[in-house]
Amino acid sequence: MAARRRLSMTFWIFLAPVLIAFMMVIIIPFFIGVFYSFTDWNATARTGGALQFVGLKNFTDSFSDPAFIHASIMTVIYTVINVFVINVLAVALALVVTSSLRLRNLYRVGFFIPYLIGGLILGYLWQFIFNNAIPAVGGFLPGFGFLADPNNLVLSRVGSSIAALVIVGTWQYVGYIMMIYVAAIEAVPESLYEAARIDGASQWQGFRLIMVPMIAQAFTITMFLTLVNSFKQFDVNYALTAGGPATMFMDKSIFGTELLALNIYRTAFVSNNLAAGQARAVVFFVVLVIITVIQVRINKSKEIEL
Amino acid sequence: MKKRYLAAAAEALMVLFLILFLYPFIIVFINSAKDSFSVTQYPMRLPEHWGQLLVNMRSIIVSPNIRYGSSFLSSVMITAASLVLLTILPSQAAWVLVRTKTRVSQLIFMVLVAAMVIPFQIVMFPLISWFRLIFDVTGIRLLRSYTGIVLAYIGFGLSLSVFMYHGFIKGIPLELEEAATIDGSSQPGIFYRIIFPLLAPIHATICILHGIWIWNDFLLPLLVLGRGNRIQTLPLAVANFAGAYVKQWDLILTAILMAMIPVIILFLAAQKKIIKGMVAGSIKG
Repeated sequence: MAARRRLSMTFWIFLAPVLIAFMMVIIIPFFIGVFYSFTDWNATARTGGALQFVGLKNFTDSFSDPAFIHASIMTVIYTVINVFVINVLAVALALVVTSSLRLRNLYRVGFFIPYLIGGLILGYLWQFIFNNAIPAVGGFLPGFGFLADPNNLVLSRVGSSIAALVIVGTWQYVGYIMMIYVAAIEAVPESLYEAARIDGASQWQGFRLIMVPMIAQAFTITMFLTLVNSFKQFDVNYALTAGGPATMFMDKSIFGTELLALNIYRTAFVSNNLAAGQARAVVFFVVLVIITVIQVRINKSKEIEL
Repeated sequence: MKKRYLAAAAEALMVLFLILFLYPFIIVFINSAKDSFSVTQYPMRLPEHWGQLLVNMRSIIVSPNIRYGSSFLSSVMITAASLVLLTILPSQAAWVLVRTKTRVSQLIFMVLVAAMVIPFQIVMFPLISWFRLIFDVTGIRLLRSYTGIVLAYIGFGLSLSVFMYHGFIKGIPLELEEAATIDGSSQPGIFYRIIFPLLAPIHATICILHGIWIWNDFLLPLLVLGRGNRIQTLPLAVANFAGAYVKQWDLILTAILMAMIPVIILFLAAQKKIIKGMVAGSIKG
C-alpha cells in the first residue's frame, strides 16, 4: 500500500510541470480564444472586462471581407503548388543522392542547409535577389535584358510574387523533405530489386512497382509536413512580399499576396480588430484539422506493411 | 567507356546545380562586403575591398536596433533554457505515463498528443491577454520576459516531446527498473539514474528538432517579447533592423550573414547527427 501511494505521488509530481505548462499555454488560451471569437473583444479591452456577446458576427463579417476571401484563395493556391513542387523536386533529388554519384554526401548536406535558416531571414535575403540581383543579371547577360526593366520585377505582380513565395518555400524545405525520402529509399531491401531484375523488370518498373509502394509511409509524413507548413506560412510571406503588391478584388483594393496567417495577424494588430482576427484563427484551425485528417486517411490507406 | 562519360556529365551537372542552389548564400557574402552604393548598383560583382565586410559588421554590432551581442545572447539563452526543460520535463512525464497503466494516464497522454494539431494562430492572441491578466493579478511578469517566452516554448513543444519519449520508453524492459527497486532506489532515483541516460538518442533528436524551430522562430517572440524590447532574439532583431533601415541592403545583408553564420558552422560541425536526428524525429512524429 505504501509503495503504491509513493508511486502515485511520483506520478503527479513528475507530471505536474508538463500539465501546468500545457494548461497555461495551450488549453486555457485555446478556450479563451474560442470564446473571444463570439464577442466584440478589441485591443483596449482587458480579459474578462465588459465583453459583449455578438454571436456569429465576427465570422459572417470575415466571410464577406474581400481581403479574407482573397487570402483564403491565395493560401489554397500557394499550398497546392508548394506541396507539389517540393515533393516532386525532393523525390528527384532523393533519387540522385541515393545513386552512385561520387559527391552524393556533399549534395545531401548542401541541399539541407537552407532549412536551417529561418523563413524570416530567408525572406529578406530573397527580396534582395528578386529586387536587385536578378535585374542586375538582366543588365549584363545578353538576351535577358528584360529582367533589368523595373516593370518586370518579380515582386511587382501578384502572380509572379506567389511564384516567388513558392520558390523560396521550396528552396527552404526541399532538402529536409529529400532526406526523409532518402531514409525511406535506403530502407528498401536490395533483394527486392534483385528479384525483380531476375524476373526481367526494367529500371522504371523497379521504381514504379517496388520503390514507390515501399516508400508510401514516407509520403504520409512528407505530405503532412509540406501541407501543414505551407498552409501556415507566415515568416516568408511577412519578409518577402509583406502581402504586396496591391490588387483589386470584389471592388476593393487589398493585399494581393497576403496568405491566411498574415491576414489573421494583420486583422488583429494592424486593423486593431482582435475579435475578428480570433474568429479567422478559429476558422483556420478547423480547416487545418479537416485537411490533415483527410490527408492522413488517404495516405494511410495506400501504405503497405512489409 | 560511354557509361563513364555519362557519369562524369551527371556529376558535373549536379555540381553546377548545387552551386546555383547555394548561390543565394554567395550573394549574401559578397554583398556584405560592399558599401550602400555598390550593393544596389553591382550586386553580382565581387567586392572591391573585402575590408568593407569588417566595417559593415562593426555597424551591425554597434547598431542600437540590432544590438547583435545581446540579441545573440538572448537567442542562445532562450533556446538553451527551452531545450533543457523540453527534455527533462516531458521525459519524466512520459515515463510515469508509460509505467502507470491507468485510464487517467491514457487520457492525459491522448489529450497531450491530440493538442499537436492546434496551430499557433488560434492561441496567440488570447495567450497575450492571458499573460497580461496573470501579471495584473499576481505580478508575475510573463510578457516581455525570459520566463514567459520559455514557458511558451515549453507549452508548444511538449506534445511532440512527450509523444517521442513515450514511444521510446515503451520499448525499455521493465526488468531494469525492477532490479533497482529491489536494491532500494526511490522512484525518481530510478528515472534519473537509469532511464534518463538511456534516452540519449531521443534527447538529441528533440534538441535538434526543437532547436531549429526555436532558434529561427519569429512570430512567437514578436508577440511575447514585442518590438524594441530590451530582450530580443536574432530574427526579431533582423526584422527590426530591416524595418528601420529600408533598402539599406549593405547592412541588412551583413545582418543576415551574421545571423546565419553561427547556425551554419554548428551544422557543418555535426551535420551527420543533425540530419539523422531530423529524419528520425519526422518519421516517429
